[in-house]
Amino acid sequence: MRRLKTLLLVTAATAIATGTAYADGHEKRGRDGELKIIYWQAPSTLNPYLSGGTKEVESASMVLESLARFDNTGKLTAWLADGIPTVENGGVAKDLTSITWKLKDGVKWSDGSALTANDAVFTWKYCTDPAGGCAQASYFDGVKNIEAVNDQTIKITFTGPKPFPYTALVGSESPIIQAAQFADCLGAKAPECTTANFGPIGTGPFVVDEFKPNDVIQLSANDQYRDAGKPAFAKVLFKGGGDAASAARSVLETAEFDYAWNLQIDPKLLSSMEAKGNGKVVTAFGTSVERLHINQSNPDPALGDERATIKHPHPFLTDPRIGQALSMAIDRALLVEVGYGSGGQVSCNVLPAPAAYASTANDSCKTQDIAGANKILDDAGWVKGGDGVRTKDGKRLSVTYQTSTNAVRQDTQALVKQWWSEIGVETELRNIDASVFFGGDPASPDTFQKFFADIEMYTNNFAGVDPEAYMANWRCAEIPSPKSQWQGANMQRFCSAEYDALVDKMSQTAALEDRADLAKQMNDMLMKSYSIIPLIHRGGVSAHANSLGGVKISDWDSELWNIADWHRAK
Amino acid sequence: MLNYTIRRLFLAIPTLLFISLVIFFIVKLSPSDPTANLPLTIPPEVREKIRESLGVNQPLLVQFGLWLKQLMISEPLYWTNQYFGTEFEVGQRIISYQTRSPVMDIVIQRMPQTLWVVGTAYLVGILIALPIGIFSAYRQYSIFDQAGTFVSMIGFSVPPFFSGVLVIVIFSVQLGWLPSIYDTTHIVDSWDSFVIQFKQMIMPVMVLALQTTAQISRFLRASMLDNLNQDYVRTARAKGLSEKIVVLVHVLRNSMIPVITVIALGVPTIFGGAIITEQVFKVNGLGQLLIISIQAGDVPTVQTLTFMFAVLIVLFNLVADVLYGLLDPRIRYD
Amino acid sequence: MTDSSAIPTEVTDDLKRPARAQWRDVWDQFKAHKGALVGMIFFVFILIFVILGPYVWSIDPTYIDIRARNSGPSLEHPFGTDQLGRDSFARMMAGGQVSMAVGITAMLLALLFGTLIGVVAGYFKSLDGPLMRLTDLFLALPLLPLLLVTIMLFRESLSAQLGPEGGIFILMVSAIGITSWMQTARIVRGDVLALKEREFVLAARSIGTPPRRMITRHILPNVLSPIMVSATLGIANAIITESALSFLGLGFPPDFPTWGRLLFDSVDYLQQYPERVIWPGLAISLTVLSVNYIGDGLRDALDPRLRAR
Repeated sequence: MRRLKTLLLVTAATAIATGTAYADGHEKRGRDGELKIIYWQAPSTLNPYLSGGTKEVESASMVLESLARFDNTGKLTAWLADGIPTVENGGVAKDLTSITWKLKDGVKWSDGSALTANDAVFTWKYCTDPAGGCAQASYFDGVKNIEAVNDQTIKITFTGPKPFPYTALVGSESPIIQAAQFADCLGAKAPECTTANFGPIGTGPFVVDEFKPNDVIQLSANDQYRDAGKPAFAKVLFKGGGDAASAARSVLETAEFDYAWNLQIDPKLLSSMEAKGNGKVVTAFGTSVERLHINQSNPDPALGDERATIKHPHPFLTDPRIGQALSMAIDRALLVEVGYGSGGQVSCNVLPAPAAYASTANDSCKTQDIAGANKILDDAGWVKGGDGVRTKDGKRLSVTYQTSTNAVRQDTQALVKQWWSEIGVETELRNIDASVFFGGDPASPDTFQKFFADIEMYTNNFAGVDPEAYMANWRCAEIPSPKSQWQGANMQRFCSAEYDALVDKMSQTAALEDRADLAKQMNDMLMKSYSIIPLIHRGGVSAHANSLGGVKISDWDSELWNIADWHRAK
Repeated sequence: MLNYTIRRLFLAIPTLLFISLVIFFIVKLSPSDPTANLPLTIPPEVREKIRESLGVNQPLLVQFGLWLKQLMISEPLYWTNQYFGTEFEVGQRIISYQTRSPVMDIVIQRMPQTLWVVGTAYLVGILIALPIGIFSAYRQYSIFDQAGTFVSMIGFSVPPFFSGVLVIVIFSVQLGWLPSIYDTTHIVDSWDSFVIQFKQMIMPVMVLALQTTAQISRFLRASMLDNLNQDYVRTARAKGLSEKIVVLVHVLRNSMIPVITVIALGVPTIFGGAIITEQVFKVNGLGQLLIISIQAGDVPTVQTLTFMFAVLIVLFNLVADVLYGLLDPRIRYD
Repeated sequence: MTDSSAIPTEVTDDLKRPARAQWRDVWDQFKAHKGALVGMIFFVFILIFVILGPYVWSIDPTYIDIRARNSGPSLEHPFGTDQLGRDSFARMMAGGQVSMAVGITAMLLALLFGTLIGVVAGYFKSLDGPLMRLTDLFLALPLLPLLLVTIMLFRESLSAQLGPEGGIFILMVSAIGITSWMQTARIVRGDVLALKEREFVLAARSIGTPPRRMITRHILPNVLSPIMVSATLGIANAIITESALSFLGLGFPPDFPTWGRLLFDSVDYLQQYPERVIWPGLAISLTVLSVNYIGDGLRDALDPRLRAR
């Protein structure tokens, strides 16, 4: 908590510093010409409510804004609201069942009309319409009502106490859209409003001139933007398509573009491109963790319909000693070096951030210990056979290890397989096309929810800064099973009454320190069970030209969250 | 011949319907999910809602029927309204899962850049291939023939994801002469802007043309070689016809049958776009649209694009068949 | 596929049962074609390299020596190592096995189907319509979703029988094979349509030659050159299709080396480690080139008019 405060002071100080820099003479809007951004995955719409993809959300964040955004340190910052409501300042009700936001004065839509509380109410109605298929509906979970107290005041009422009430209309995923523009686009009619979806009227620093889906967006500075000297750029060209390596090349080598997003390529390549001196690589860490899930249920095909359900515990992976040995055998630092570079850090927690929530109890995993792992298995009675694979009571330590198809993941798999072979564990590798693996099609045997393998690897994270919903993923009730059409987030089928109790407790605790404590306890409990083995804390990697100033990359919100402050460095 | 053409055109309708049904089932059966690419932070209930709103969960035949109705009724009506100012009641048009906007609008938006780049490349490829093919055959095993064979086979065996990156590294990174990213917003309205357009087209066009050239020149060479030794060539020469006429009129005309097939089969692929080359140079044409739609499980777009592709294939195969008859009057279909 | 003489015997078996002397004739003619001979020698060499190589060079292509990663050519690793420290020389051999097998099998499949359908459609008028509509259907099939479907439908059962690698191999080969015969079929049919009306065919028919003999004796030998070109381009096509699928994230998994995949993986390192691109690139190009020359020589050798000269 203290750390967050210090960071806040630092940000405030830099904000003042940049503010004064603008004051001396050249504060004309659009003074710096054109800004060229490349996202190698192109946005397919500018309405983030119709598509939840990162590329759509981030490109729309230049145009649409929300009441508050997270800055690059994960701190909640008032954006369209004139302050963050809390229990102390009376903005949040004492019983935690409602929150009242006040809009900044004089904010105008880019068509010149005024932003009012009605727009916020409309946004809620738009996204919660049952026929609309709104991708961001979870941001309005637990919201009973949103009403306009007056033109400037929005009151959100929740169905029950909500210790962390900053979800609806906060962050780039749930921005406010203009009621007048989308009035006829509710529910099933949403796709008919192509003009509105491709060119939403916003309050942000830029206005859409032309949008070509999955290709390119041209924007220009918003004349009605509330901050007189911003944005510094008159035009933005937002190009999509290609691949990460070529996007990096266009900024770092040929200097055709100013900003490139999501450059997950070999770190060596990226640094050799950076060495050309045209631009800088920047990284930001949020909550993404690449992890192994250790199946606690038996995926044996012989079990038929009861395969991978908790009725049949796994023959050996439920023993935490085996999980521990598997974890100890992995050299995480090397995984980072080979596949992630500056975009990854060794992680021993499934909940690595924000700093206040990160546990330090499991840090021993940071160093590889093959001998130790071998000893644990020896002590547990697993004996190496003639082929180097350990056996016990007729069971062989042989696992299938699956993940999505992706070059970095296959490298990781190959390395892990080799380390495990050194401790007498035989591994069969499988990789599955990402659209199938993450597709959730109940007819496919290869989805990550079905988990018809012993071990699987992928990355997960949570949006925003509050881990409550994320930690609730590992309740017993979240275990995917045929009854729930294989839906649920508890992939490794971890189940503990004690853990469930902590989840319930957290949902009723408001004080941040207590919440942090609970989150750490839950994290440690998961780590001790060795049903989940964190590998790498992954960050976003982007690059910007040296001549581009003001970039503060953030993984808590859109990377373009402060694009109004971007400018040409002199 | 006219009868034959008309009969084939009528036959094309059931053929195309059948083809589109097969494609539909293939696309639908493949385990794709329009919500698979969304971040994992979006919970399964929301995903289910999204799928429902897209109509993914309806019975397959209902979905196919809906698509067919949209293609056969809504779209033509819409375009009639657009061009003739009529005011027919238009039902829902074909809507893409990804963009939630009409597929046809995107297709039309992308047509120009694909035709510019892929079409030009195809033309350039043919124009280079014809003289190479003719001359290589006429002077078989000459140095020109050997060099032509060597270059065209190397060209054919290098995949565009390699040759594309190679030319980018040479001409964009090292020399800085040409842009590595195709600007689809560029408008040609003056000499200078034409020069820019020309510059950004050179690399993708040449990379693509290499493949076409190699293929067509090989077929033409082989076919010319077959014909050069025929009796009628000897007869023509004996009649005292000039060498130029013998080769360019008699032999070439008779050698064109396999070449016409290859060229005709290639035309639909122009409209299909060049998936990899478009990706490498970020041309974002129809090929890129197809591949991202496949990856995103966007069935209506994939279905519409492949259907258009099928129409062109059927059409150009018919054109090839008619051309056979014109090139060699002995071929009759009646 | 493992036999270097597979192509000549395969093709001629379809053609005719020639007298022994005639065969020797063909071989003599073939030998005289310098390019063809060099091509043949090189092709055999590549086959030996990829099939017998791993017995001599026994480093496991999947073995990771992380300390030696990204190293250049040395005695220990003649072609250097990749980003995980796997031996590129061993990976070239392993990749070559897959690529050559994919290329040759897909080509043979394509040739067999293509020639059969092309000849039958061109020769028998009643079958022309249905067969060509079938060809249209296959031409219109989108390869990528087709692959996804086949992988979904058959992977489990094939993996169970052939192991995970064998299963995906069969799938890829058959998918590439069944989507690449159409061009050959169309070309052969076009030529057969023209040939059918030629005097010598009419003459043969007028003396009552049955269709089977007509096709094997008179039609097939005369459509040989487009078939040869199709075959040579077919190998290249199959190898390139396989690498293009890798580029698009389909096809063989990333840890399964093939020449196309090795080339694709090293494209990003074009500036840092150019030698990594050169090996697979050279291997593909030279194989394609050698097959092309073999095809050229074979075509000349099988042409009786040329032989007489």
